[in-house]
Amino acid sequence: MYIVVSIAILATMVLALTRALMGPSVYDRVLAANVFGTKTVMLLSVTAFLYGRPDFLDLALAYALVNMVGILAVLEFFQKRSRRKAELEDD
Amino acid sequence: MIDILIDVFSWVLLILGGVCVLIGGIGGLRLPNFYTRIHAASLTDTMGAILIFVGMMLQSGLTLATLKLFAIMLFLLLTGPTATYALANAALLSGLKPDTGSNHDEVEKEEPAE
Amino acid sequence: MIFVFAIFLLSLLVITSIAIVRTTNLFVAVMLTSIFSFLMAANFFILDAADVALTEAAVGAGVTTVIFLCALALTGEREKPRINGRKTARVAVAILASLMIYATFDKPRLGDPDAPVHQHIAPWYIEKTTEHMDFPNVVTAILSSFRGYDTLGEVFVVFAACIGVLFILGVPPPAQKRLNKVVEQNKGLRHHLIPQVVGRLVIPFIVLFGLYTQFHGEYGPGGGFQAGAIIATGIILYALLEGENKALQAVPRSVLLGMVIGGALLFGSVGVICMFMGGNFLEYSVLSADPIWGQQLGILVIEAGVGMAVCGALLSIFHAFAARENVS
Repeated sequence: MYIVVSIAILATMVLALTRALMGPSVYDRVLAANVFGTKTVMLLSVTAFLYGRPDFLDLALAYALVNMVGILAVLEFFQKRSRRKAELEDD
Repeated sequence: MIDILIDVFSWVLLILGGVCVLIGGIGGLRLPNFYTRIHAASLTDTMGAILIFVGMMLQSGLTLATLKLFAIMLFLLLTGPTATYALANAALLSGLKPDTGSNHDEVEKEEPAE
Repeated sequence: MIFVFAIFLLSLLVITSIAIVRTTNLFVAVMLTSIFSFLMAANFFILDAADVALTEAAVGAGVTTVIFLCALALTGEREKPRINGRKTARVAVAILASLMIYATFDKPRLGDPDAPVHQHIAPWYIEKTTEHMDFPNVVTAILSSFRGYDTLGEVFVVFAACIGVLFILGVPPPAQKRLNKVVEQNKGLRHHLIPQVVGRLVIPFIVLFGLYTQFHGEYGPGGGFQAGAIIATGIILYALLEGENKALQAVPRSVLLGMVIGGALLFGSVGVICMFMGGNFLEYSVLSADPIWGQQLGILVIEAGVGMAVCGALLSIFHAFAARENVS
């Protein structure tokens, strides 16, 4: 049963990867990377159970905690750039 | 008896979670523009995560693993929507207009406002 | 089942890396790199290498994306198109790739119990870990005690990398008048309420989890390197939310440099103390009357050194990039 779920997650990973490769905008790629992150958390948890090694859940926990940081950095990146653009227009 | 019930219930939850995740993935690929795709992707973060993790928690009973699963689910539920918010905000900030119709995005390809 | 999963993930990995090479938009390349890192971690995990997977998770998910984006803010968005030299490069890569594929024919099958690695030294490590250290995680035992010299070298590599980045990118801290302007500019994500609230909630847990990895490394996946990277991620998250200057106020530059130097020194001095106590360099057994306890004590201390060095180095590099942005 875990196998069915992990195959569903893997299929979603493939779909997200397709989205990341197709684009069209850069944000779609960020979105795909984000989806990939949460799918990795789920895949790790499910395979930990599939293998009967629940002590490896630490890894999924690490990802669940750290995942958000990358996307927040993206937000800050765009924010800085739009501010810089505004400054350039002011001058 | 109770054991079988819990088993069946958790399998149902796991399968439903898998279906949710898959639907979210298909939506992320098929929906016409960026903001709708965000909506589809966030479905997998919330509904899919809750169903799958509750299913696994039921399977593992009262152990340390359950506690860890609960923590993972909690952090996913907190951070997933936050990441979605940040992403939507970043897109809006750099000038990707939300589209009220069902047209495709009119973004200049790969050129987020220089 | 393992094979099917691993091969599936590996083929996704190949597709992703081809896409990374082919794209000319550097931002897209950064995003694809983060997907690459997720795939890699899942792969390591499925091949049962939890320690390496945790390292990939700690470094790949947060820190690398942030540092890449900082670097991208300093440069242009697009890769400069290159026309010349493509052909030679392609031929060289093709020859190398075919040589490597040819070399893999000689390698033993994955997980083959007759493979030389499983005959030669791995059984010895597995046997001696219980005897010498008495804790279950063999990886930690190998990294910090059996192959302690290698890890010492790695810590010095981290140290040297940090010094190198600071030499190239480091700028003196801005004067007071400029500083106010910089602080004005660097508000971070302070007006975004949702990341603000959630981030404040999550940062303590990230740091707590880092400490857990640090001190639980002998029993589960983890250790100094992963812990340092996770704690650094927590502080970087704070810097993103509150602005970089707030993070520098909380953990000033001198402390970071002190952590890098102190971590490397701590590791080295444990080795020297071992020599003074009558053993060899990095022979922890002599640290205490009970050799097992001595080993555990030594490993605990050097793991702390590794954690400090890695955390300090990652944060120094992040701040070096971020400070550079304000100068230009």
